[in-house]
Amino acid sequence: MSGYSVTEPSKRQKWIAGLLVITYALVTLMPLLWVIATGFKSPEDSIAYPPKVVFQPSLEGYVNLFTTQTRITPDMEATLTPPKTWYEQIVRDKGMVIAGASRYGQRFLNSVIIGFGSTFFSVFLGTLAAYAFSRFKVPIKDDLLFFILSTRMMPPVAVAIPIFLMYRQLGLSDTHLGMILLYTAVNLSLSVWLLKGFIDEIPLEYEEAALIDGYTRFQAFYKVVLPQAATGIASTAIFCLIFAWNEYAFAVLLTSGTAQTAPPFIPTIIGVGGQDWPAVAAGATIFLLPVMIFTIMLRKHLLRGITFGAVRK
Amino acid sequence: MAEVTLNNICKSFGSQVALADVSMTVPDGSFVVLLGPTGAGKTTTLRLVSGLDKPDSGTILIDGVDAVAQSPAQRNVAMVFQQYSLYPHLSVRENLAFPLKSPILRTSAEEIVRKVGEVAETLQISHKLDNKATELSGGEMQRVSIGRALVRNPRIYLMDEPLSSLDAKLRSDLRIELKRIQASLGATILYVTHDQIEAMTMATQVGVLDHGKLVQFGTPREIYEDPVSIYAASRLGSPKINILPADFFPGAPGGAVSIGLRPEHIRLGEGQEVQTVRVEHLGDQTRLHLKINDLNLITLTESHTQIQPGERLKIAPQFPLYFGSNGERIKS
Repeated sequence: MSGYSVTEPSKRQKWIAGLLVITYALVTLMPLLWVIATGFKSPEDSIAYPPKVVFQPSLEGYVNLFTTQTRITPDMEATLTPPKTWYEQIVRDKGMVIAGASRYGQRFLNSVIIGFGSTFFSVFLGTLAAYAFSRFKVPIKDDLLFFILSTRMMPPVAVAIPIFLMYRQLGLSDTHLGMILLYTAVNLSLSVWLLKGFIDEIPLEYEEAALIDGYTRFQAFYKVVLPQAATGIASTAIFCLIFAWNEYAFAVLLTSGTAQTAPPFIPTIIGVGGQDWPAVAAGATIFLLPVMIFTIMLRKHLLRGITFGAVRK
Repeated sequence: MAEVTLNNICKSFGSQVALADVSMTVPDGSFVVLLGPTGAGKTTTLRLVSGLDKPDSGTILIDGVDAVAQSPAQRNVAMVFQQYSLYPHLSVRENLAFPLKSPILRTSAEEIVRKVGEVAETLQISHKLDNKATELSGGEMQRVSIGRALVRNPRIYLMDEPLSSLDAKLRSDLRIELKRIQASLGATILYVTHDQIEAMTMATQVGVLDHGKLVQFGTPREIYEDPVSIYAASRLGSPKINILPADFFPGAPGGAVSIGLRPEHIRLGEGQEVQTVRVEHLGDQTRLHLKINDLNLITLTESHTQIQPGERLKIAPQFPLYFGSNGERIKS
């Protein structure tokens, strides 16, 4: 085999290429697989050295994640009825009983509300702003666009203290609204710039045709531009969601109870009854799911979004 | 349908002057063709009438009402774009129905089905109605784009080179069809083209544009037989008008610098001697390419001519047009 070949690659070449791709995927997926596996280990297996690749799967991590438990004495245990469900059984085997639900479910729900809420507003406002920047003569347009982008240039800690003080004054600390507003503000720079690129690519002629066909500017935007920007909107939504979903610094600083999201909550599990790595790993695994599902749902658009600009239609 | 009047229209894009003081009237029920090379201001004129662009100065009257401040929708005009501009996310059927569903028309569902079917039939695209607009050939896209204008009954149709990417057969079919539609509906059409056959066959009036100026406006025959300049004379006629120095034939009026001679206005048999370079038999006629010194001319002769290349002929002008130093017409 020499140089470039314009013919179909041979079977062997395909095998080698496939093998390389699989190897690369395994290497990059390693941490993820490790977390998922740890979630199903018993606490002993999870800290075993050398690490166990083959192990007896257990749901103890997940049960610990969703419940709070109390230790009981053997005398007390004798007075109790035998456990009715599989999860009660797991807890009882450790000599404990379930005292109630943990706060994980509620923190997870906060993440969903704040993550998807801020994604919605970022994309909604971003689309309108990007359309205006793309189509209209906006005074000092370039400066405005730079200003919008510059909000993304500093690390969160740089603005953390002012925002913390401001939020305390406004009563936005530890509220869903406060976090949605904050993430929307941070994500807007990303969404305006991404979406402006997408809308710039949509030829003006379609809107002109719609204007001639008897539609107003807004109707033309809604009926002609928006459907064609769907790809851009979907990939922008994914990027916004991933940021809001994973955000840690602001969440630690500004939330503690009512509106606390999952990222600052998961590490606190470690402190409950020793180092419970399977529970932490289980929390991380479940935490991954929504973004994973959302991304897979919009995968087709995302691929096009990432290669955007490289491909000429 | 309506009369459209442009009064002293000026339009610039930056330092580029697109239209300079253009005035013309598109009479109700007429078929006006704008002729001129790229950059002459033809498309700009359409866009100004449509309302997509606003003139820098001047007024546009549609049915006597000043339309400059009106939106395209309020003007109720239909336009066929040169780039087709079909909505890529919609099917052919939805593309054709799109203007009918607009808030200004709000056509009933049965009416939409009927009109779309009718137009698709006329344009021979019935079998493609359920295709995506992006799954069509260039010619099909162009027909859909014409159809999107024809489903409506606007005050004026604006067409920007609507037949440019069709094959010869379809183009001549649609020429006839457009002419029929215009005649039967009494539609007013403002039409932009490079193609002089389209101008000659369809136009009731032709406007000749040169660098943003309207240099002549009249019937195709007027412009063909009585052009105001070499430029206007060169817009119509195929083969093109021959331009010769004024002293080539005797009898030029004072100030004339060149003679314009239509190929069919050259008489063979007497006068200047020229050499035949090439003989093209087209079936219904024969084209003779003639040469004298560095001058090349083309003339026509009967189809069964015996003239051979290399033969020497004598030619004389029949209806010469004389032009001055700026290319303007000098009437003798």
